[in-house]
Amino acid sequence: MATTETPKTTAQTTDTPRGLIALPQGIARVLIAVGAVGTIASTFMSWTYTSDFPGDLTYYGSPAGLQILALVAGALTLLYALTLWHVRGLNWLNPASAVAPVALAAASAFAVCWFSAIAIAVDLEGLIALDPGAYIAAIFSLAALLGALALPQPGDTPKSYLAKPENIPTAAKLPEWVERLVITAATAAALIVFAYGIGVDPDASETFLGYILLIVFGTWALFTAGLFDRISVLNARHKGFATSMAFLAAALFPFVENDEHNSNLGVNILVVATVALGLNIVVGLTGLLDLGYVAFLGVGAYAAALVSGSEFSRFSGVQFPFWAAMLTGMLASLVFGVLIGAPTLRLRGDYLAIVTLGFGEIFRITVNNLDGTSGPNITNGPNGISMIPDLEIFGFNFGTAHNIGSITIGRFANYFLLMLIITAIVVVVFTRAADSRIGRSWIAIREDETAATAMGINGFRVKLIAFALGASLAGLAGTVSAHVGYSVNPAPYQFAGSVPPNSAFLLAAVVLGGMGTVSGPILGATLLYLLPEKLGFLKEYQLFAFGIALVILMRFRPEGIIANRRRQLEFHDTGQLDIPESGLPDTTVGVTKAGA
Amino acid sequence: MTTTTATSPVLEATGVTMRFGGLTAVRGVDLTVNSGEIVGLIGPNGAGKTTFFNCLTGLYVPTEGRVAYKGTVLPPKPHLVTSAGIARTFQNIRLFANMTVLENVLVGRHTRTKEGLWSALLRGPGFRKAEAASRERAMELLEFIGLAHKADHLSRNLPYGEQRKLEIARAMASDPGLLLLDEPTAGMNPQETRATEELVFAIRDRGIAVLVIEHDMRFIFNLSDRVACLVQGQKLVEGTSDIVQNDERVIAAYLGTPFEGAPGSEEAAEVEAAEAAEAQGTTSTEGPAQ
Ligand SMILES: Nc1ncnc2c1ncn2[C@@H]1O[C@H](COP(=O)(O)OP(=O)(O)O)[C@@H](O)[C@H]1O
Ligand SMILES: [Mg+2]
Repeated sequence: MATTETPKTTAQTTDTPRGLIALPQGIARVLIAVGAVGTIASTFMSWTYTSDFPGDLTYYGSPAGLQILALVAGALTLLYALTLWHVRGLNWLNPASAVAPVALAAASAFAVCWFSAIAIAVDLEGLIALDPGAYIAAIFSLAALLGALALPQPGDTPKSYLAKPENIPTAAKLPEWVERLVITAATAAALIVFAYGIGVDPDASETFLGYILLIVFGTWALFTAGLFDRISVLNARHKGFATSMAFLAAALFPFVENDEHNSNLGVNILVVATVALGLNIVVGLTGLLDLGYVAFLGVGAYAAALVSGSEFSRFSGVQFPFWAAMLTGMLASLVFGVLIGAPTLRLRGDYLAIVTLGFGEIFRITVNNLDGTSGPNITNGPNGISMIPDLEIFGFNFGTAHNIGSITIGRFANYFLLMLIITAIVVVVFTRAADSRIGRSWIAIREDETAATAMGINGFRVKLIAFALGASLAGLAGTVSAHVGYSVNPAPYQFAGSVPPNSAFLLAAVVLGGMGTVSGPILGATLLYLLPEKLGFLKEYQLFAFGIALVILMRFRPEGIIANRRRQLEFHDTGQLDIPESGLPDTTVGVTKAGA
Repeated sequence: MTTTTATSPVLEATGVTMRFGGLTAVRGVDLTVNSGEIVGLIGPNGAGKTTFFNCLTGLYVPTEGRVAYKGTVLPPKPHLVTSAGIARTFQNIRLFANMTVLENVLVGRHTRTKEGLWSALLRGPGFRKAEAASRERAMELLEFIGLAHKADHLSRNLPYGEQRKLEIARAMASDPGLLLLDEPTAGMNPQETRATEELVFAIRDRGIAVLVIEHDMRFIFNLSDRVACLVQGQKLVEGTSDIVQNDERVIAAYLGTPFEGAPGSEEAAEVEAAEAAEAQGTTSTEGPAQ
């Protein structure tokens, strides 16, 4: 038989790679840079003549609202355009000199500018409402985007403009202090971005939508540049330092965003994030679908309220110091968790979900009925326990404002800092438990319960520990939330509702953020809490929007926004698929074929 | 091949019966495995071999009969059986797919470590030491089966043969006195089968008795000190490889002659024979020996 091999014609390699838009590369680059500069310049002009549009975009010389976002997007585009010219020092930002980050940065500027222009035209009386600045922003951001699309296409399909290129070179090891500086800068940037988002006026939904657009495209751009991978490598290398920086940044939040309303938002976010992290032990690690988890938050809150000394409490004479109230709340939730867990954890899968859903509702209905008429008076029924006094720890009254230097720390800021400590405790508990014998047995149960028991794991016991731990962490968060909110009542502790701490919300936060990770549920809870808060028009469609968001996410990123390394491998098979073994023992096959 | 002199029974199963409603999958089976022994369990598909394993390991509560490990009767709870000293693998691989290779083996250490939640949270020196010891032992086992270089891979991404090996390592991590292998070479190519044979001998040399279910006749008769043949839930014969190999009832069960007028055994045996032939066919260029 003919054994001559005709070498494959390598037509693709001789072709010069072309962009989607036929333009010489040099011109394309210049177009991007000019577009970016023009976009930046436009933000210093007036975009509309009336101050009716949220954010007041009428000033020359000082960007505001959406203009600031356009400015940032333009700067990001310019920065990434410069990486294409291999400007010294910028190479670190785009190690692979990839096209995708440039295209996505340009897309972020385009999205923000065009969204602003359209929003102004729609909100006000049409195109006449636009000042020249808006036209300039629109034209230049479009130019930058067109320039980016004229860059040589990195892959086979136009989609590759949005995809992270493979084999991004890993960063050379920098001096210790530089690495720490990078971590610090990244954390500071995250804090500023987060504080800006929280600080957006709730009436300025347009600004917040622009913020979301910028965040989505901007982070996507940084992701495709491989920056997140680099940062996470650095974080892993300086684990302790990175963690303390993250908490320091969070602790600085009330100082950066010195406003009681926003601090209140911050506390509430911390509460739901902490509870979501507790739920992550049960759902993410152990794989037990608990649909009644919010009840444990309620148990903790009620326990703390009952011993708070409130005159509406059944035990109004009793006022525990906070540490004792905290333990009481945790213990009450723990007991409740064991009581629910012991009979139900022998069930598997769907049955457990239904039963926990039932128990969650039982808690709310019972609390509603312990009002003195339907049952003994313990919880004061639907009215709940109000006028919960503020905490006082070591003479520090959480209810009053304190001055630290020139900065006033208000009531909610006080509670924010307290809640942050609780969150830190829960983070430590989660990470330590997950990376241990018990954590591995949780994951083993999640993966295959039969095999896990055959490996000697007492499934029931281990699941009960997860359930009880999750419950007591939620109870712990509940004790603080009772004091923050002045009162507790049964309404929020339901399965699904329009106000956050409900079981469906918590579950969505875990799934959206990324199951089994620490930062995932925190991010998920933050997003889910903040979005309806800032986008007033969403209020009534919140659950609907949840649903859509989850469907989209499950389609495109089933492992959640922040992927556990494991889950990422599970869904995307990155890297280490069955690489053919070197020297496959297939020689016999070859021989028969040759002989035939 | 019984070279061991002091043969104390590791496993004593007496009168094990398992009924599912009207179906008696295992009927009064007695089986003893002595220390240092490799015992084979053969039988056509549906003979009740896996069910018998499940009865031994507490996954099923046998309808009748008792199972004793080193003289003590075992409670029918899988985790207690494992901590007593019997570990197993599964016919359909049941690894923890989304855990790494190393983590899979670490889970196997569960019964031999006792650090609970508190020590995990407090991270005292005892915890660190136990964790380091577990890791060392797990790596040693991965070394033993030849998967140490893939310790950080997800087990779901391993090729089939390596998944089977990993299941064995995971079972061995519980320091068992008896290892139950359910069709360890199913789906393997001849080279892998031979390697598995070596592996089982090496396991026995570590002082672990092995009870192995297998279809591959050459594999089982090479390997086993003693072979028991299960047909229709009943033990047909038991003895050395030679005896069982030449027993006409076994040949009948495998080659399709009706056996004691039992309904259904014919089809089962035919399927069995066809499968065996198929397996043979891939190993050599000869036509199937019908
Ligand atoms: N959980 C069960 N419920 C009902 N029948 C079962 C169950 N497990 C096994 N069987 C039946 O028991 C018989 C023996 O099966 P099995 O032990 O898997 O055979 P083998 O492993 O020898 O091929 C089969 O007829 C099977 O259908
Ligand atoms: Mg079987």
